[in-house]
Amino acid sequence: MTTNSELAVSASGLVKTFGDFTAVDGIDLEIRRGEVFGVLGPNGAGKTTTLKMLATLLSIDAGSAEIFGVDVKAYPHQVRQLVGVTGQYASVDENLTATENLVLFGRLLGMSGKAARAASEELLESFGLEEAAKRQISKFSGGMRRRLDLAASLLSRPPLIFLDEPTTGLDPRTRGQMWDTIRTLVAGGSTVLLTTQYLDEADQLADRIAVIDRGVKVAEGTSEQLKTSVGSSTLHLRLSDKSQIAAAAAVVEKVTGDRPVLTPEAGGVNVPLADADRAADVLIGLRHADISITTANVQQPTLDEVFLALTGHGTESAENPEQTDRNIHTEEVA
Amino acid sequence: MAALISTYAVADRPLRAHPSVGETISQTLTMARRAYIKMMRNPEQFFDVTIQPLLFTAMFAYIFGGAISGDVQSYLPTIITGILAQTALTASMARGTQLREDMDKGVFDRFKALPIARIAPLAGPAVADLLRYGIAATLTIVVGLLMGYRPGGGVGGVLAGWALTIFAGWSLSWIFTWLGTVMKTAGGVQGLGMMIMFPLTFLSPAFVPKETMPDWLQHFVDVNPVTLVINATRDLMNAGEVTMSVVWALVGCAAVVAIFAPLSVWSYSKKL
Repeated sequence: MTTNSELAVSASGLVKTFGDFTAVDGIDLEIRRGEVFGVLGPNGAGKTTTLKMLATLLSIDAGSAEIFGVDVKAYPHQVRQLVGVTGQYASVDENLTATENLVLFGRLLGMSGKAARAASEELLESFGLEEAAKRQISKFSGGMRRRLDLAASLLSRPPLIFLDEPTTGLDPRTRGQMWDTIRTLVAGGSTVLLTTQYLDEADQLADRIAVIDRGVKVAEGTSEQLKTSVGSSTLHLRLSDKSQIAAAAAVVEKVTGDRPVLTPEAGGVNVPLADADRAADVLIGLRHADISITTANVQQPTLDEVFLALTGHGTESAENPEQTDRNIHTEEVA
Repeated sequence: MAALISTYAVADRPLRAHPSVGETISQTLTMARRAYIKMMRNPEQFFDVTIQPLLFTAMFAYIFGGAISGDVQSYLPTIITGILAQTALTASMARGTQLREDMDKGVFDRFKALPIARIAPLAGPAVADLLRYGIAATLTIVVGLLMGYRPGGGVGGVLAGWALTIFAGWSLSWIFTWLGTVMKTAGGVQGLGMMIMFPLTFLSPAFVPKETMPDWLQHFVDVNPVTLVINATRDLMNAGEVTMSVVWALVGCAAVVAIFAPLSVWSYSKKL
């Protein structure tokens, strides 16, 4: 069997239920070859469940999916030959060393012992893990585990790679390293399906993004399209002299045509901007009016704002990470 | 990095429909190697196959020897073969708890996502466990010999009994493998394993002659697979004869594998 589909992933009407709880409720996805596709959503939105169904790790309750034209339900063994999966939690063996892990997976994929050792050495070097080659994984940091996990997924050189929240729980520096690794991957021509809770991560890495909430796709497009659909950036200003707040509001309204949101106690003026370039006009206007400011910053819409705009509710679970999917949904029902 | 990470054109790779028998065996042996490395890193895994046979052989021989057979010496042909079956069973029980613990770890997600035979992650550790059964059987026989056990079956009979014990341990481990795939916690597997192990061991002629038990109990003893193994081991080691008991023991063990290996794979695959 060979594959010849133009689409790397084509899924329609995917459904997964656990008891009474519908984790994924009819999701359609089309991912083109060579693109990085981001699935964005809060904890419990159904991102991982969708990905696990596509990776044959969970059965598909309804709907259908094809990976490079191969039906996931009918040919799971073939699909496993096309997909590399890197999970939310590193799926490597704690008690083995980095080399032993990679050789194990290489051997399972049918490499000879020699080929598996060579591939392992090469990958560990590429991922900057060669010094840790002989160390047991239980002594690895979180970032090293993720990188080793990704290395393990690449052993078979899969044409499609699933990255399930590759940077959740990593510190900012390690997160940046992981992003670089993913960029290199993409430069090599892989098709990547990435799930994330972070708008900036999807923004940085993904060509197209699907926003998922409560098992349903609520929006899809490039990150630019999504942000435009969500509306504006916001300019946050703080005045040196709180008594000038009314004057400042008048200046802003004159420049932007919109009334700013004021927080008089703190001398704060929050200006919605259709276009971030307008921030400069506001600042110049304030200077001409002799209104002095202590701080100014422009913020992109946050994931919370994107969600608010797209779904009419915030990302509850992003605020309460401990809360599980089930809780959120039963609460909503109750 | 770019060169390494680049992927093959999809159309270039012929996709295999199923893992072949050769691949399945190779994958199972790779999994066995993983289990072996882990075993060597965690020597606690050898407690039940080293200390337990030493302790139980000496303890049971000196406690029950006089009461059951008049003296320790004449009890040895009974107790050594009994302990052999008992250690095979307890050693195989560990398979279930270890599998359950293992399956909860992230690495099993990867095993499931890889294009490998579904039986490999289950059968691999079972193969590595042959080493544990081998150690247990050897130690039990050596302790018996040191205590004065002189098997009538000679070297050949003892070796055959030794091999049968290992085969029985491997076969019975599939019952616990299955439990590992259906139960939710390692503690649950352990608890249920104990409940299975004690009746199977004690409701058998392992330690006392069957005739001393009530009639109704003897019926169970007769169909207990452990009884089959014990009778066969006694015929091999004490008499040096390949009797029908040996045939029945092999058939019984094969039946356990034929039932529980497919059940285990089915239940493991269903958990995907």
